Amino acid sequence: MNQELFLLAVLDGISYAALLFLVALGMTLVFGVMRILNMAHGSLYAFGGYFAATLGLWAVSKGLSPAWSFLWLVLAALVIGALLGTVMEVLLLRRIYHKEQILQLLVTFAAFMIFEDLQRMIWGAQPYFVSDIVNYLGVAEVLGITYTRYQLMVLPGVALVVFVGLRWFLKSSRTGRQIVAVAHNREVATAMGIDAKRICLLTFVAGSMLGALGGALASPTTSLVPGIGAEMIVLSFAVVATAGLGQIEGTLVTALLIGLARSFAVYLQPEMEVLVPYLIMVAVLLFRPQGLFSVAQARRV
Amino acid sequence: MTRANLAGLLLALVALAAPLAWPWLKTPVVIAASFGVAALGVSILIRAGQLSFGHAMFSCAAGYAAAFLARAVPRLDSALLLPVGALCGAAMGMLIGLFVVRYRAIFFGMLNLALSMVLFSILGKFYSWTGGTDGIRVARSTFFGMQLDRDGFETALLVVAVACSVALALAVQRYQQSVAGQALAAVKTNETRLEYIGLSANKALWIGYVFSAALCGLSGAMFALMQGLVTPEMGYWVRSGEIVFISILGGVGHPVGAFLGAVVFEFIKLYSAALFTGAWQMVLGFVLIGLVFFVPSGLSGLLFRKAAPAQASEARPLIGEVRS
Repeated sequence: MNQELFLLAVLDGISYAALLFLVALGMTLVFGVMRILNMAHGSLYAFGGYFAATLGLWAVSKGLSPAWSFLWLVLAALVIGALLGTVMEVLLLRRIYHKEQILQLLVTFAAFMIFEDLQRMIWGAQPYFVSDIVNYLGVAEVLGITYTRYQLMVLPGVALVVFVGLRWFLKSSRTGRQIVAVAHNREVATAMGIDAKRICLLTFVAGSMLGALGGALASPTTSLVPGIGAEMIVLSFAVVATAGLGQIEGTLVTALLIGLARSFAVYLQPEMEVLVPYLIMVAVLLFRPQGLFSVAQARRV
Repeated sequence: MTRANLAGLLLALVALAAPLAWPWLKTPVVIAASFGVAALGVSILIRAGQLSFGHAMFSCAAGYAAAFLARAVPRLDSALLLPVGALCGAAMGMLIGLFVVRYRAIFFGMLNLALSMVLFSILGKFYSWTGGTDGIRVARSTFFGMQLDRDGFETALLVVAVACSVALALAVQRYQQSVAGQALAAVKTNETRLEYIGLSANKALWIGYVFSAALCGLSGAMFALMQGLVTPEMGYWVRSGEIVFISILGGVGHPVGAFLGAVVFEFIKLYSAALFTGAWQMVLGFVLIGLVFFVPSGLSGLLFRKAAPAQASEARPLIGEVRS
């Protein structure tokens, strides 16, 4: 592998890791606070992507400047994420918080099945691809390599902004502190006067928005086909589990690790591309059953 | 004879008789039996409180094992491929089980899912061995030494599938009443106490895991023979989810549940695919939600509440909690 290829793999890995991080962050946030692993999270990614692509196509047909595209992407993600997140939380999850974990998992799996067909009904089976924002931003030179500015700066930039923003929000804002309190102990938090119901809704909507944002930002660089949601859910689970459930910093590091490993596999051993994330996950869990960044809990009798 | 056993007998008789009257029923009934066997396997683990979202990998691997073997030994009798599938599932379950029984709840479910994705992508990527996403054809060979045409082959498969289902349902029932099976149920209720008695929770779960993998393997071989084709799709994680769905739909309280669930699942799928094209998954999703909200004990729990032993074991943790 020469230097050029190496650099290319690194850049690919970083831009991919940025997307992976956004989606996995949504998932881990919801799990950390509500102890629910949302199997429909991948569908939110798919919906975000499709919705953004549709808005993008509409904007192109209206002759709007691609400069606005970024706005569409973010707007699409926020709208669809908030909408689906609210619907899911209010209609489904709210009723099953007190039930067994198995049933919670099943309900989100049911939501996944519904979303999967809904998405096929709305957007059909043909691939969607709108790359005008990538073309508009053009390419940049990095150490002798030409690379799209979108993947070089926009994706990692958004991921970093979200990471720092969320850290700050959870540490310093009033609502953020309440979220942390609910995550630690829901009952005590409620006793202290925190509206846990509201916090759960808020967290779930935020997590859904992050998933949709990942999809929307991915839409200009990949073509959207049925099944991307199902793939993404497994991949982001691999990130979340490797990091340790509910770990925000861990998710960032692991997303980077898996993103880089995957892009190196693409250049070195293409057949391994899909396998690498899971192999990393299995290797990590063999030695640290709770994931890389989480602290093992004592067993209760 | 309890109501559940009676229902099981009735179901088996209908499964044998109905396809004789309406031959188009043969395929869905064999497929339902195959899914039922897999769901029976998964329900063993659900009784231990562990949900696996990856058990289709055992069906898929066993299907491929059968296909490879049938290709390597062209004159091999089809009836031999079924036990090969079960053995393949069991062997794989032993190996993978060593690793996954150390995990519980979400980690358990999702590790299985991740491993099944590994298998799925290997099968899809290594085209030269596996035929990629097109899969491998399983040529129809003799069945118990008889050279059969398509219809005769399906009838033979139907009889074998129903017979296997009945035998396995009885075997699982015996297993659940054995020490190993009771220990498995205790993994759900209170694992630590189980270990205080001197039984290993991981080992109990491992035995259950191997058993469930063997059942899924048999189911995969059955499916492969019926379809005459194996594809990586058999091991996709959504397929595992469907198997879990069937177990919950039927209820894990009694082995008959798995087959009730499989029949209902297969026919919901068949009819909703015909009525609302492209939306059968959505219909199933709504059914699943309704089920979790209104009948969490599944069809078997609904039909014969008293006969279901799960009711008793589910009540146990509550009592335990009050005392501790």
